[in-house]
Amino acid sequence: MKPFQQLWDILASVKLAIFTLFALSITAIIGTVIPQGEQASFYADKYGPKMAQFFQILDIPEMYGSWWFLALLTLLVANLVVCSIERFPTAWRLATSDNLALPAERVAKLSGSRNWPLTPQQAENIDPAAILAGSGWPAESRREGGELRAFSQRGRWSRLGVYIVHTSILVIFVGAAVGDIWGVKGSVMLPEQVTADKIFASKTREPIDLGFSLRCDSFVVEFYDNGMPKTYRSRVTIIEEGKEVLTSDIEVNRPLIYRGFTFYQSSYRGYQDFILLIQGEGDSTGGVFTLPFQKQELWQEKGLQFGVVNAEAVGQRVVRAKLWFKAGEAPAVIEWFDDNQPRLLEAGGKQYRINVKQMYATGLQVAKDPGVWIVYLGCGLMLIGLAMAFFMAHHRVWLYRSEEGGKTLLVLAGNSNKNRPALAKKLTSLEEAIDKTLRG
Amino acid sequence: MDSSQLLGITTFTYLLSALLYVAILVFQNPGLGRVATAFTVIAWLVQTVGIGLRWLESYQMGIGRAPLTNMYESVVFFAWAIVIFYLAVEWKFKVKSIGAFALPLAFFAMAYASFSTEISKGITPLIPALQSNWLIAHVVTCFIGYAAFAIAAALGCMYLLKNAADNGNSGLAGRLPELALLDDIIHKTMIFGFIWLSAGIITGAIWANSAWGTYWSWDPKETWSLITWFFYAITLHARYTRGWSGPRIAILSICGLAVVLFTYYGVNFLLSGLHSYGSS
Repeated sequence: MKPFQQLWDILASVKLAIFTLFALSITAIIGTVIPQGEQASFYADKYGPKMAQFFQILDIPEMYGSWWFLALLTLLVANLVVCSIERFPTAWRLATSDNLALPAERVAKLSGSRNWPLTPQQAENIDPAAILAGSGWPAESRREGGELRAFSQRGRWSRLGVYIVHTSILVIFVGAAVGDIWGVKGSVMLPEQVTADKIFASKTREPIDLGFSLRCDSFVVEFYDNGMPKTYRSRVTIIEEGKEVLTSDIEVNRPLIYRGFTFYQSSYRGYQDFILLIQGEGDSTGGVFTLPFQKQELWQEKGLQFGVVNAEAVGQRVVRAKLWFKAGEAPAVIEWFDDNQPRLLEAGGKQYRINVKQMYATGLQVAKDPGVWIVYLGCGLMLIGLAMAFFMAHHRVWLYRSEEGGKTLLVLAGNSNKNRPALAKKLTSLEEAIDKTLRG
Repeated sequence: MDSSQLLGITTFTYLLSALLYVAILVFQNPGLGRVATAFTVIAWLVQTVGIGLRWLESYQMGIGRAPLTNMYESVVFFAWAIVIFYLAVEWKFKVKSIGAFALPLAFFAMAYASFSTEISKGITPLIPALQSNWLIAHVVTCFIGYAAFAIAAALGCMYLLKNAADNGNSGLAGRLPELALLDDIIHKTMIFGFIWLSAGIITGAIWANSAWGTYWSWDPKETWSLITWFFYAITLHARYTRGWSGPRIAILSICGLAVVLFTYYGVNFLLSGLHSYGSS
């Protein structure tokens, strides 16, 4: 049993906590200096083959998931658990103890205690609980032999604040573990007008079935006048068993949540192809076409032919495209269209509402993390625990009528686990209240 | 009058405030105390109006965003938070000599914001990642924490100065508060900062989750904020359970500010990562 006891003592010690936190801080720096998650060749190029090999042995390229970093975190968890098991019972006892059981002579010995001799008549009439209550200390009272004991306390649960904080860290770890085990992290690159029912896992690139389909209806980038990106917006439609059940926009900071999966706007890609929307005057529905650059397309039932013959781009972004458009046997119309700015076009004696836009693919991050609410619960607990531990103090006040050497005394004392000056102030005002009561 | 003029004025009024507080200390003129406090309150109000005006101007420009989104604005807000936090400490503990150490920090921050050529003062619109209601919660919580840590470090300097003086009760050192009081205020401000830093990291995590789908990704900024959190956690444990106090805690309060400043400033320039908005 002895080695076990020694191990237990080490795990219960604050020294270990300080060591672990220090070790975590120092090692965490490594990952902020050496880029994480790169290819092996990256490290060989940057740090030389010998160093790169050393990195691989120590899992430096993925250090926050390495065995030794996880071991340090495990040590922290073990330390938190053992240390709390060791110390919590004492805190619980102090928070829930029967303070009226404290004998009068112990109360009189508490630091800062004060007593008042009572006349027989005062002794007869005095009600310590009422005095405390009158000064804002709601009190419980009890007769103990000839003694009349009253006690009041504030903030007794603050004693548990530290343990709530420690527990909150464990809760956060549990939430992270739940997310790691049962969660899904993936992504999908979805070109406009394309439907997908699978995403790809971030780590393994393995396909993951969504259980429904997702179609990208459109993707747009909006810019501010100064050229900075303003909005990345994907319009997507969810399709279940062939039925469109939901159409929604996804923007950065405005993800779409469906069946436990959350879809985040994360990247995009521009193509050399174009998306063309055509709606003839008086037609109830229009047509959507994907046009490769400089390739002619045909919409047979309407007798339309069209193609993008030229385009202007800023970098990879097309700003306008030149459309060749022929309705029936009428001569072809060729006109420039600003990217994604729908307008009317006349061809063959009929008006068409036309929108030409560059084709994009939207890059969506997809996450399913059943642990995230556990993590948030832990975060909430941590803030509550910190506030309790630091801003509240356990103040206890005793007021006893007791007998000592044939005389009757009124004894007042207080105790606080911290912030003693604040309690001292409150005791002073209590003393004044008692003086006043005794004077009559 | 526009916001940049008001904020420019603030730089100099904070300098004057700092000098007034130093004057109280040097000339032992208690009459100056009220003047210094009143002047600092006014300077802080001017800065508040300046920040508010900058917010308003962003709406007039059709951008409409909180003035908390780039390095310039964050440094200005840092100074603002330092001053209001200092005023709260002065009011609670009735000690004015702290101002001689705290106000210079606010002045240096404002001077850096106003005169540095590295950071842009323009009101620029927000890129999509920053368009979130969590932005205000995250920046405000972090900087209240940072301000508290800055004040703790200022108090740490006072402690070490008084402690190092041959006779802590005479001369300039004698006009500094008692060591026990300094120690107490350092501890309390550190705790206060620790809670707000925790809230700052949490709001950041929630924001990251709503923008990127992951609440923690070991990005350098995130990692350094955690290192900062560990640093103060170690300090608080050393005090509670190993009885560290006095000079040791004073030194740690100064080291702590160095870690905070690296997290806030150094990471943006020396390390690369997702959190690069603050650097421009």
